[in-house]
Amino acid sequence: MGSDEKKRMAVPTANILASKQKEISITEFFEKNKQILGFDSKSKSLLMGVKEAVDNALDACEEADILPDVFVRVERLEDDEYRMVIEDNGPGIVKKMMPNVFGRLLYGSRFHALRQSRGQQGIGISATIMFGNISTGKPARVQSKIEGEDSVAWGMDIVIDTKTNRPIVTNEEPFTWEGKGSGTRIEYYTKGRYITGKQSIFEYLKNTAIVNPHAKITFVDPDNKTFVFERATDTMPEKSKEIKPHPEGLEIGELQKMTQSTQQKTVRAFLINDFSRVTARIADEILKETGIKPDRKPSGLSRDDCRDIIKAIGNVKIMAPQTDCLSPIGDTLIKKGLMHVLDGMRPEYYAPPVTRAPKAVNGNPFTVEVGIVYGGDIPAEGQVTILRFANRVPLLYQAGACAITKAVSDVDWRRYGLEQRGGKGVPFGPAIILVHVASTKVFFTSEGKEAIADLPEITEEIGLALKLCGRNLKSHLRKRERREHTRAKFEIVQVILPELAKKTAEFLSKPVPDLDLTISKIMNVVWIEPGVDAKKKLRKITYSVFNYTRSERSFRIHAQLPKEAVNLTLFSDSHFVEMNDEGKVAWDVKDLAPAAHTTISFELTGDMADVFSPDDVYISGINPVIVMGADPLPGDWGIKGIEVTEIDSEEEPVEEEEEEEETQEVLEDD
Amino acid sequence: MTERHDNAVNNLKEIVDSIYNHMRLGEIPTMELSTRSKKNIEFDPKKSVWTYGDMKTQRTAKTVTGATMMLRTACTVQFIEDMIKSNKSSTLREMYYISEGWGHGKFNSQDESNLLAEDLEIMSGCMREDFKLRPEEDGARVMGDFTLTEMTKKGERRKINCLEDVGESGYGVPYNVEKENVQFQGGNAKFIVAVETGGMFDRLVENGFCEEHNALLVHLKGQPARSTRRFIKRLNSEMGMPTVVFTDGDPWSFRIYASIAYGAIKTAHISDYLATPTAQFVGITASDILNYDLPTDSLSDKDIGALNSELSDPRFRDEFWISEIQAMLDMKKKSEQQALAKYGLDFVTDTYLPEKLTNMGIL
Repeated sequence: MGSDEKKRMAVPTANILASKQKEISITEFFEKNKQILGFDSKSKSLLMGVKEAVDNALDACEEADILPDVFVRVERLEDDEYRMVIEDNGPGIVKKMMPNVFGRLLYGSRFHALRQSRGQQGIGISATIMFGNISTGKPARVQSKIEGEDSVAWGMDIVIDTKTNRPIVTNEEPFTWEGKGSGTRIEYYTKGRYITGKQSIFEYLKNTAIVNPHAKITFVDPDNKTFVFERATDTMPEKSKEIKPHPEGLEIGELQKMTQSTQQKTVRAFLINDFSRVTARIADEILKETGIKPDRKPSGLSRDDCRDIIKAIGNVKIMAPQTDCLSPIGDTLIKKGLMHVLDGMRPEYYAPPVTRAPKAVNGNPFTVEVGIVYGGDIPAEGQVTILRFANRVPLLYQAGACAITKAVSDVDWRRYGLEQRGGKGVPFGPAIILVHVASTKVFFTSEGKEAIADLPEITEEIGLALKLCGRNLKSHLRKRERREHTRAKFEIVQVILPELAKKTAEFLSKPVPDLDLTISKIMNVVWIEPGVDAKKKLRKITYSVFNYTRSERSFRIHAQLPKEAVNLTLFSDSHFVEMNDEGKVAWDVKDLAPAAHTTISFELTGDMADVFSPDDVYISGINPVIVMGADPLPGDWGIKGIEVTEIDSEEEPVEEEEEEEETQEVLEDD
Repeated sequence: MTERHDNAVNNLKEIVDSIYNHMRLGEIPTMELSTRSKKNIEFDPKKSVWTYGDMKTQRTAKTVTGATMMLRTACTVQFIEDMIKSNKSSTLREMYYISEGWGHGKFNSQDESNLLAEDLEIMSGCMREDFKLRPEEDGARVMGDFTLTEMTKKGERRKINCLEDVGESGYGVPYNVEKENVQFQGGNAKFIVAVETGGMFDRLVENGFCEEHNALLVHLKGQPARSTRRFIKRLNSEMGMPTVVFTDGDPWSFRIYASIAYGAIKTAHISDYLATPTAQFVGITASDILNYDLPTDSLSDKDIGALNSELSDPRFRDEFWISEIQAMLDMKKKSEQQALAKYGLDFVTDTYLPEKLTNMGIL
């Protein structure tokens, strides 16, 4: 085709295209971009709907300071059609807003707020409703009730007009919602496929329950089986605050947009008031470096001016972003959540979870939290399970592309007691690793928002948190090994030797010898044995303390207890010395004679009772080498706020001569 | 109670006494006994047998194993004393079951009770038989013109000729072959052929090898029981009967020969009582496999491991064995006694044994 011909053809082609462009509706856009929005497979479509609705419910409850009670039902109709119901006890939505919230794509307040929230992770509940409309032709039924004297609830059917992106409302009617204080219920029909397993709705809700221990989640599956993830704590997560953008990592387009929309009259005021951590001094420094006059109107700044400002920001030292815009789960609640949901597997150990101090990436503060669960009925063969979370939302897809998976693979887990081929890759063993990344803006690999982008700052922080938590695991495994060793000795002195003494004395018709000296020679330790007697919400903890050395011993025992779980039994124990406001408790053992023993006991009650692990007990005022069953008191015990304790250089206490191997290699010839 | 039993009880008491005294003095109880491994086997030139050397293993109550062993020792000694007092005996297996009632001293397997019985022999210098403990396994079968007397249950000495007075299965060696029970009188049999397999034993009997060559056949039933070895030893030393050992041609059979001629590692403390140092090995040797072109099987990995282990066993450290073991390793083949049947059922009695025994100067 010659170039003349091309020119001749150009006009009509453009016309045809123009007419076609009119016909491209939101439906079509949606259809073409299904994978971006997360509706690319039938099984995923079902999950996406639940995810949107549950995330919204949890966000709304949090905002309104309500302990969430979320109900999810998936009902199989015919073919691939499902009826989905999601109901919450959130603050509800005023009637006027309901059509917009549920019937308009990209409608909402969150897009402009800089704070940690779940809902920024999807296209929104309206997309779910639209997908339902398109795939089944049936409207969604929405009901909501807000708290107040006006106790009328409103219900309406909503269909999204795909041409105009406007809701079409029918059957709008008030009704009395019996027994409901406030809340929202969505019921919609959609095509999909219900699956079980790793990427199932059940798994999503289970993982949601782990990182939201303050929520109660009820799930009724298509077989009409009901699962309830009970609330594990009444403590609400701390509310995150909205913050202004931090100048670090600001992009030029964003800055230009801000200069146009700002209310500020001068550039100087704009810098000081519209950004976080920019003080008058810093603003002056920036302006001085760029040569821009402080009293210019922000809207008059050119693209070059903006570029200069961004350059200057890079050269000026600005405080790290504030962190109250983040709401980490916290180590106690992570443990609580894991215990609550995973206790069916009777794990042997919950490594104290690690919450890292917040850092910033591209002006967005973020923090990383890690928890590890080990042993019990967790399958030992196969790779460990990695539970990935971004802003308290479970990530179930694209594990391979995720920074969390990468960070886990980069750690040499062999050092922390897990198997790993060549010290790389996802480790093997009976463990579950939880990683939560919280940020005002989580960077994902794609619009699907299923994998966290591998930004060096984030991956590195995850790695550090994993290692810290791994150290806790390792120290537990070492402790366990030592304890097994000690238990063997305990059997000797408590059971076998007394039997031997009795037997020999009887045989020789002589008095039974006193074994104290022999026993102290064999053990030569002070032995602390924890015991737990658990009955429902009451745990009785005892520490039996044996002096198997040849001298009198006095020392102090320490443990950190959940303060809200202790009762009077703690204070009435004669060994009790003190408890500080962090729950750190001290007991004194005084003048314990050789061969004597004593017992410390107390009770823990209520929700937090099971958070305490009796193995985490420490001693001071005695050479730790002669103590078995407790670690030396960490140096930072008295310092408030430092939670991570490392005791890497543990000495092996007392000599351990193993019995000379009595192997008889050539015994087979007799 | 005989003097032997008296002595045994006293010696065992001393062991218990020592454990008791450690505890009374506030010490950690320990026991010491010879290390029972091939590393600690030495040749005793005076007695021409292999016995334990000076290496000692210490057992201490510091370990669960050690403490448990001591408790078992005390329980076992008590049990033995009770048996001797009440003139009873028991099998090792019975003792294993009786130990159910010994609390933490109970045996977890029969191996443990067998080993402990041997430990007691080593520590007390007595014999298992002195403790009234007898093995489970029955002794060997014997066939040939030889007369002995055995004590009956009624306390009479009954005369038995091992050819005339027995059935096809021969005379059964009892567990106690000491003089008080078995006494030798003699007969036409002039030498002993100890045979590993029942098939070959029956072949030799059927072919009339005993009568034709005045041989006394002893069926070893694989690894020979202690009573079998003691029986051979007594015939050899008291009646001056030369002894040859006729086994399969594989590493395990070499060990059967070694336990008869040199003494077994597990029972090295009583080698001079059980071993027959002058016993000679007839075959099947590695050279037989070549010379007689016998049918063979390939050596398994276990066989090769056993041969290599024999190379580091001091008992096999002589020219004959090193070359035999090496030859077998080189050809990677083993052969059975009954492979001789390749040349007919009479080949072993007409050709193989006469040839070999003549070379050895027995016939």
